[in-house]
Amino acid sequence: MKRLKVAEKMRNLMAGYYMLGHQAKVRAWVTSGAPVEILYAMDVYPVYPENHGALIGAAKLGSYYSDFSEKRGFSRDLCSYARCDIGCVFAGTSPVGGLPKPSFLFACNNICNTVVKWYEILSRIFKVPLFVLDVPFVRKELKESHLRYVEDQLIDFIKFVEKLIGMQMDDSKLREVAMKSIEAVKLYGECLRMSKNRPSPMTCFDAFINMAPIVCLRGTDYAVSFYKEMKEELEDRVKNRIYAVENEKFRLLWDNIPVWYRLRWLSDFFASRNACLVADTYTNAWTGFGELRSSDLISSLAEVYTVSYLNIGLERMVEIINGLIEFYEVDGVVMHSNRSCKPYSFGQYEIQKKLSVPSVIIEADMVDERAFSEAQVATRLEAFLEML
Amino acid sequence: MISAGIDIGSLTAKCVLLSDSKILAYKVTRVKPKIEETAREVFEETLKIANVRREEVLSVFSTGYGRSRVEFADKAITEITCHAVGASFLIPSVRTVIDIGGQDSKVISVENGRVVEFVMNDKCSAGTGRFLEVMANALHLKLEELGSIAMKAEKKITISSTCTVFAESEVISYLSSGEKIEEIVAGICDAIASRIVAMATRVGVREDVVLTGGVAKNLGVKKAIEEKLGIPVKVPEEPQIVGALGAAVLASRKKNI
Ligand code: SF4
Repeated sequence: MKRLKVAEKMRNLMAGYYMLGHQAKVRAWVTSGAPVEILYAMDVYPVYPENHGALIGAAKLGSYYSDFSEKRGFSRDLCSYARCDIGCVFAGTSPVGGLPKPSFLFACNNICNTVVKWYEILSRIFKVPLFVLDVPFVRKELKESHLRYVEDQLIDFIKFVEKLIGMQMDDSKLREVAMKSIEAVKLYGECLRMSKNRPSPMTCFDAFINMAPIVCLRGTDYAVSFYKEMKEELEDRVKNRIYAVENEKFRLLWDNIPVWYRLRWLSDFFASRNACLVADTYTNAWTGFGELRSSDLISSLAEVYTVSYLNIGLERMVEIINGLIEFYEVDGVVMHSNRSCKPYSFGQYEIQKKLSVPSVIIEADMVDERAFSEAQVATRLEAFLEML
Repeated sequence: MISAGIDIGSLTAKCVLLSDSKILAYKVTRVKPKIEETAREVFEETLKIANVRREEVLSVFSTGYGRSRVEFADKAITEITCHAVGASFLIPSVRTVIDIGGQDSKVISVENGRVVEFVMNDKCSAGTGRFLEVMANALHLKLEELGSIAMKAEKKITISSTCTVFAESEVISYLSSGEKIEEIVAGICDAIASRIVAMATRVGVREDVVLTGGVAKNLGVKKAIEEKLGIPVKVPEEPQIVGALGAAVLASRKKNI
């Protein structure tokens, strides 16, 4: 696997991010799809248990930390991010020495309802307040009433934080953070779209490895400068004809969260068969924030965070995937049926029927390596490539 | 020219020798812990049956669960592609292949000998040959007997559970409450057939349907699948060697190019 040079930088950046957390005065544990801009605007340090979960998965320690919560009665059917995160709390440590304790918790159910229960548990363990941002599911179109409902909660949330930290939010600061967020998202999107090149300068594995800043540091200068650099490196690659997969023959699209503990294996597997996973639905879900309007910030925040990828109907998801298929000119779709993430995996068999190119489903889990059977996955993928 | 296909499954190894589109010989053996050795042996035994020397075989392809560990093979191809090719070789009108192997089962949609779509069940043993093996043990019957016993049943008992372990205890309790053996066995065949048919419906069933794999020899399962699909199902004379045959066919094509 030809890693991007920026990956090294990303590692340092994230190490710094985790370290800073211990020094921060006010910390909130937040879900990946929560409007973090509000937190950064009020100097609240956001801690991302989901990113931490991915990190545990990549360190191949998923089952180890999951055991700590399973022993206390949490079901193995529960999302492995939740299992590992709660497991680390019980274990009192993690690959990064455990996450710094929260001052409060902020969960947004625009990705799933697991996060609500998960954060309620955290709230009981840490005895800190929890704010749940309840976002209605957008089956077809987004209604005005939906937006108002979310907007009202955002205003409540700002008051909730103001009361906790004893300080008022500065509107211009929020605007500034939002601008940086838009900028980073734009750059990140431009990085991903570099894969339109044939052969592609990067794979979705590069996108996965380098996605932590867009999740955790969205709204800061760090994310902006990081993706600027990543974009430059990719442009260089295109210019100098450096391709992610030397003899790119098949172009594929990945669906669902990565199998974190098998990134390298999967990446080598595809590369050795001249197949390049040029894009994925997961990292692309972070490129939809472009609609943030500085003039009407709260209402556009409400909108952007309501129509998130896991909060829309199947038809809309199909449209998005078919759009990616067309844009990246892919020959097939590899769908990871992820035991952990029900909202992401549930509709795959239906979606599969409506895609414009062939697809294959592999069964695994993003973090829990016990759900991965190498021989079975290899057979499916090989057969799929033979078929293409 | 002579080509060979070797299929290393989870329970059995098969080898087929092919010469100018004719099957020269084949052999089925049990898999031993050492896959390389198993492959070599089944290959040598087949050569012996056909009275062919190793040097005369111009190309060897491997397939099945152990395909990548057959080092002397020229190429490894998945059992999915090989079953499609093998079934098309025997029955050119095939559109759907249902393969029930020892530890997995799959349904493949075929068009002109090529795979268009497939589904596999490999996470759960219910719906595979292993399910029947466990049931045969619980009933103190031989695996091969199940089919003919099932055919004697006038009605069948519903085995409600789809999990092999739970189904086993269910079968034992039916046995002790004095239910007729043939009706229990028919119920077992029905249980496996319903798993298979559910899977087949997902890819879409088009005639002709060809049943392959060791379980295809079981008439009870074949009948239950036909009843559920509402159409007849064809079974090749030697359903177990279809994967190896497909590998041999592909091996012969490779050298022709
Ligand atoms: S269930 Fe899915 S969306 Fe929810 S936390 Fe787990 S991985 Fe994220």
